[in-house]
Amino acid sequence: MPQPRWLPYLLIAPSVAFLAAFFLVPLGQTILLSFDGGQGFSLANYARMAGDLNFPTALRNTFALVIVVIPLQVGLALVMGLMLQKMTRGRELVLWIWTIPLGVSDLAAGLVWLAILQDSGYLNTLLFQFGLISGPTAYLNSETPIALFFAVVLAEVWRATAIVLIILVAGIQLIPKEFGEAADIFGASPWTKFRKITLPLLKPSLQSALILRTVLAFEVFAVVYALGGRNFPIIVGEAYTWQNENQNYGVAAAYAVLVMAISLAATVIYLKALRVDPEAQA
Amino acid sequence: MKTLNQLAIAAMTAGAILAAPVANAQDLVFLSTQLRPIDEAQKVREVLLKGAPKTTYVVEEPPQFAVRMKAEQAAGKRTISLMGALHGELQPLAPTASLDAIDDVAAKLSASGIPAGLMELGKLGTSTQQYIPWMQATYVLVVRKEALPFLPAGADVNALTYEQLAAWGKAIQDKTGQRRIGFPAGPKGLFARFLQGNLVPSYTGSMVTEFRSAAAEKGWTDFKALWATVNPNANNYNFMQEPLMAGEVWIAWDHIARVKDALTAEPDKYLVVPPPAGSQGRAYMPVVAGLAIAKDAPNRAQAAAVIEHLLKPATQIATAMEVGFFPVINAPLPADLPAGVKLLADGIAKTQGAKDAIVALLPVGLGDKGGEFNKVYFDTFQRIVLRGEPVRAVLDSQAETLRALMTQTAAPCWAPDKPSQGACPVT
Repeated sequence: MPQPRWLPYLLIAPSVAFLAAFFLVPLGQTILLSFDGGQGFSLANYARMAGDLNFPTALRNTFALVIVVIPLQVGLALVMGLMLQKMTRGRELVLWIWTIPLGVSDLAAGLVWLAILQDSGYLNTLLFQFGLISGPTAYLNSETPIALFFAVVLAEVWRATAIVLIILVAGIQLIPKEFGEAADIFGASPWTKFRKITLPLLKPSLQSALILRTVLAFEVFAVVYALGGRNFPIIVGEAYTWQNENQNYGVAAAYAVLVMAISLAATVIYLKALRVDPEAQA
Repeated sequence: MKTLNQLAIAAMTAGAILAAPVANAQDLVFLSTQLRPIDEAQKVREVLLKGAPKTTYVVEEPPQFAVRMKAEQAAGKRTISLMGALHGELQPLAPTASLDAIDDVAAKLSASGIPAGLMELGKLGTSTQQYIPWMQATYVLVVRKEALPFLPAGADVNALTYEQLAAWGKAIQDKTGQRRIGFPAGPKGLFARFLQGNLVPSYTGSMVTEFRSAAAEKGWTDFKALWATVNPNANNYNFMQEPLMAGEVWIAWDHIARVKDALTAEPDKYLVVPPPAGSQGRAYMPVVAGLAIAKDAPNRAQAAAVIEHLLKPATQIATAMEVGFFPVINAPLPADLPAGVKLLADGIAKTQGAKDAIVALLPVGLGDKGGEFNKVYFDTFQRIVLRGEPVRAVLDSQAETLRALMTQTAAPCWAPDKPSQGACPVT
C-alpha cells in the first residue's frame, strides 16, 4: 500500500514542535532581550558588553582556547582512530576506555582536574614525594595565567576528544578496504595512503567533527569555571556572571547572541573551507 | 516588549512550580535565601523547626528568590507563605507589594527584646512592619594562632589598622616564604562586601558619596600594598573555612557563618577579631536576616506561628549553636556554648563594641541592581589591585558608573552616608 505523502511530515512534527517551543522561542526572546534597552530598541546592552572590563580578555581567552584545543583534538583523534583501525584484538575495549570521558559531565571533568592540579592536589603531592618541589605550588590563579591556560587546555582535550574520535572512527570504517589494497599493489607508502585515500574520504566526517567541536568549544564554560573561576574570563562565563551575579539579563543576552554569531560564523567557514562533494556525502 | 516580559515570567513561573517540592495544601512553604548549604538546611528542618507548625523548608539562591517571588505574583498563584532573606533581599519586594504587613506579629513579639532600631529596619521605609528581624551576623577576621608571633610590635590584634595588617602579612611572608592572608575573592565569595562595608568606609566614612575622594585613594593604595601579602589563591576562595583548616591561610576575613566549621572543629587554634581600621575608623557590616509573609499567603496564620517559634529564646540560641547566626532578641547565650560559637560571639561583641566602630549597612534601595553595585567595587579592585591601573584614574571612571547606577535606581543614601534627598550623590 503506498504511504500517504503527508506521513513523513506528521512523523517529524513532534520534533519540529519541540525545537520551536524550546529552542526557537527562547532564541527569539534572547535576541529581543539583548536589544531591549528599557525604552524600546537599543544597542545599550551591546555597548555595555563591549565596554566591560573583562570583555577583551574573555574574547581573547575563548579564541585562544579554540585555536589551541581544536587542532590538538582533531590530530589526537585522527591518530587514535587510525591506531584502532590497525588493531585486531582488544579494539572494543580500547575504544570503550577512550570514550569514558564522554560519560562525564563538563563540571565533573573540571572538578576531576581541579583535584589533580590544585595546591594540595595529586600532582603537587606526587612532585613533593619525588622531592621535585618543596611545598604546595599554585598553578590555577591570576598570577599564573599561562599554567592556568594549559590546565584548561589539558582538561578540555581530555574531556572532549572522544566525541571527535567517535565521529572519525565511524568515518574511517566507511572507507572501502579495496582502495587501500589497490594502493598497496602500486607500492604506495603508508603516508601516501593516508594523504591520498584516508584524508580525502574522511572529509565529510572531519567537517562534522570540526563543526560540532568548534561550536562547543566557543561555548566552553564548566571546566573553566571549575579550574579558574573568575581568573580566566571566557565569553559564556561572562554571560553567566552578568545573568547570575550582576543580574543584568540584557547584557547576558547580548553575550549569548555574540556566542551564537561566532558559532554560526565558524560553521559557515567550515562548510565553505571543507566543501564536501555531494557524492561523498552518501 | 511587555508581552515578552510576560512570556518570560510565565515560563519562569512554570519552572518554579515544576521545581517546587511536593507539599500538601496544608503544609506551609518557607522559602529562604539563608541557611542554604545542605547541612544547614537540614538543621533548620530537624532542629530549628522542631515544635513549629508543619513546614516545608525550601532554599533558593538570592537572584532566583527575587525571580520566583515576581513570577508567583505575576501568575496570581502563591505557593510560598513565609520568606526568610536578608534585609537587602527583602527590600526590593516592598515596593512591588509582595509583602504582607505584619504589625500583628510584631505586636505579639514586642516583649521579646528585639532592639527598636532593628525592628525599624524591618519596616523597609514604610509605615507598617514588612519583616521581623530573624537573626544577625557580621564579617570578622579569623586568626590562626601560628600567626601571632609575627604580629608587628605595638599592634593590638583586637584593634588592627590596615597598615598593621599589611605589615603583619609581610612579616609572615618574609619569615615563612608564604603569603598567609586570605580573602574570599572567588566567584561565590563575599569579597565585594569587604570592599563596600569594611575597606572604603574605614577610610572615607562613606560607602557611596566619597567613593572617589582623596581618602578613598589612600585606602585603595594601602590595600594594594596589603594585597601583595595575600595568598595568590584568594581569587579562588569562596568560603574561608577550608583554607583556614588546611593551614594555607592564617589570617582570613569572611562572614561568620563561612568560618564557623573551622572554629567549631578546632577552637583552640583560632582567635576572632574585629576587621581592621582605616583613617576614619573601623567600619563593619552588620547582616540582618528577616522573616516576611507573602501577600496573599496560602497559610498566613501558620506562617505567623512559625515566626513566633523562630523568635523564641530557645530557638534563637539553637540557631546560634547550630548555624552560627546570632539572636536578634534579648536571649543571653548559655555559658556552656560550644567553644567555636563562643569565639564567634566574642568576635561579634568586640566588633560591635569597638570604640572606633562605623556601621556600614548592606546596600539598600538598589532593587535588582545590587549585583551591579557589587560589580562597581569588584571591578575597581580588579583594575587597581590585580591589573595595576592608576588609582586616581580608576576611581574617577568607576565613580561615573556608580553615579549612573545611583541615578538610575534613585536610591537615597544609607548608613554610613548621610541621608540624601533623592539619589545618593557621588561627589
